[in-house]
Amino acid sequence: MSVLVYAESTEGIYKKAVFEQVSYAHHVAQTLGTDVLALTFGEAGYDQLGTYGANKVLAVKNDLYKDFDAGLYAAAIAKATQNSGAEVIVMAHNPSGRAVAPRLSVLLKAGLVSGAVDYPVIEGNFKVKRGVYSGKAFAYCVVDSPVKIISVTPNATSINENPVEALIEEWDPGLDSNLKKVKVKAVDRIKGKVPLPEAELVVSAGRGLKGPENWGMIEELAEVLGASTACSRPVADSGWRPHYEHVGQTGGTIRPNLYLAIGISGAIQHLAGVNQSKVIAVINTDPEAPFFKAADYGIIGDAFEVVPKLIEAAKKIKQDH
Amino acid sequence: MKILVCISKVPDTTSKITFKDGDTKFKTDNIQFIVNPYDEWYALVRALELKEAAGGSVSIIHVGPAENDPIIRKALAIGADNAFRINAEAKDAYYTAFQIAAHAREEAYDLILVGKETIDFNGSAIGGMLAQMLEMPFESMCSNLQIDDNKLTVEREIEGGKEISEINLPCVVSAKKDLAEQRIPNMRGIMAARTKPLQVLEAQDCEALTHIEKFERLPEKGACKYIDAEHPEELLNLLHNEAKVI
Ligand SMILES: Cc1cc2nc3c(=O)[nH]c(=O)nc-3n(C[C@H](O)[C@H](O)[C@H](O)COP(=O)(O)OP(=O)(O)OC[C@H]3O[C@@H](n4cnc5c(N)ncnc54)[C@H](O)[C@@H]3O)c2cc1C
Ligand SMILES: Nc1ncnc2c1ncn2[C@@H]1O[C@H](COP(=O)(O)O)[C@@H](O)[C@H]1O
Repeated sequence: MSVLVYAESTEGIYKKAVFEQVSYAHHVAQTLGTDVLALTFGEAGYDQLGTYGANKVLAVKNDLYKDFDAGLYAAAIAKATQNSGAEVIVMAHNPSGRAVAPRLSVLLKAGLVSGAVDYPVIEGNFKVKRGVYSGKAFAYCVVDSPVKIISVTPNATSINENPVEALIEEWDPGLDSNLKKVKVKAVDRIKGKVPLPEAELVVSAGRGLKGPENWGMIEELAEVLGASTACSRPVADSGWRPHYEHVGQTGGTIRPNLYLAIGISGAIQHLAGVNQSKVIAVINTDPEAPFFKAADYGIIGDAFEVVPKLIEAAKKIKQDH
Repeated sequence: MKILVCISKVPDTTSKITFKDGDTKFKTDNIQFIVNPYDEWYALVRALELKEAAGGSVSIIHVGPAENDPIIRKALAIGADNAFRINAEAKDAYYTAFQIAAHAREEAYDLILVGKETIDFNGSAIGGMLAQMLEMPFESMCSNLQIDDNKLTVEREIEGGKEISEINLPCVVSAKKDLAEQRIPNMRGIMAARTKPLQVLEAQDCEALTHIEKFERLPEKGACKYIDAEHPEELLNLLHNEAKVI
């Protein structure tokens, strides 16, 4: 028995979200009275995983696993699970997790809870709280199979240091190279920015900004606050902003610590993507804008006057510290 | 090319979500149901475009009871040739994928399209499960899909960016925004959909691996605290000292 966590490295780096998942696995392992086994592909700072509670790291360095291939990765994780007798598998509910976890579920006939927002409750049965109805509600999902797979929503659970000296073991899953089916031709990552689902602070703007030429102040505010930027759907649809910034029912679902919405009306489809944010602040000229009903803090005012003042104030605070 | 598109039934995006029977069931009173947007706008439309360009057929499949037939007709109105309904409640993702896989094995499709996720259950699971059950490659969250001969090239979402990759048919692809442009069904399509074949299939035996015990609504927000527009710096103070998020 143990808890297995798939620790994804991105170009040799472990992102913050990975430490959330290792901390999550550690929490589950403590509850079950067992240890944490991390599986990782490629060279990376393996020791870091120990900081958050991984007792052992299985490092797959074989070139076959260099590029992401959901089928191949799932087969490797399945093998590690069987070898170690792991009963719970933890990974991120991010694009890789969404591709790997369902395949793994079939390979191991293990029930999958995707998009978990809290630790499992293990009392009589094994249940995990997850988001449903695009952020409008939660469900307690019970896993009835002996092996359980949980993909965890980024930024939903905390990073905890549980330092242990991780035992690092190079491991080759010994799979047939025919299992590799995907040929990766090009990878294009946005440089220097925190991906939106991982961002703790998000500054977002909508059609109230009038045009793409006015986004300078939004980017500047985001920069001084150390936030990522997002937008409403019509803004992305009009090509004012890139599509990956679009949040809502048909865009990304995020749950940052702060969502600051500027010139966004707060339509129900927009709220669906952001209403699990810990704190919501809204700037809008219209006191009747529905967003204020979902907000913790509100400023009724013109973005073109309020935002420059906010930038000045934020810069001043930064200087004073 | 023989294409299968998996469609699901979800509450309209404006729906207020409430529960009944001690929060164990979704309350469907006054709810309008639609085809899951990812399935209809992107997966189905891209399938139709591929057929229009290179010939073949587009079938749709849905796992659900007879009361869901109007949703299937809606998808047929957009342009699919025929439909299959597997007569069973979609118990969980594994159960649902199992039913679709059983059908797909018989029909030998070249390409199976699903949505990125349903907007009610948000599982993002059925596509990958289906691919594994059929031992096919799976490209998830695709925003572009081109086919050349037997080779499929996609642009798919990855953490913090995108990837371009290639796989061979047959395969499973999950659709996200931009894979195609939404189409509005016209009168002719709606009329034609009434008489298109909708075949009902019996479900196979399969145990679900998970079940939902209870739902919970989002905690109520307290009243919004307003800050004078002349002094937005007060917002930063509150976010720092009171909310402690910056
Ligand atoms: C099926 C479906 C799915 C959808 N999915 C999504 C989705 O995923 N994400 C999404 O965002 N939308 C989605 N929508 C669209 C959604 O319904 C709204 O139309 C959209 O969110 C509105 O965007 P907006 O708030 O930027 O623009 P508007 O509704 O035009 O609102 C602009 C706001 O800016 C305010 N404003 C104007 N000038 C200023 C100023 N100078 N300073 C401050 N405030 C100002 C106005 O008072 C107004 O409240 C979907 C719609 C449908 C039907
Ligand atoms: N009951 C169903 N019948 C047929 N296809 C479905 C059903 N439920 C989900 N799907 C397909 O699987 C995709 C992903 O669903 P999910 O894994 O539940 O998020 C959907 O976008 C549909 O394409």
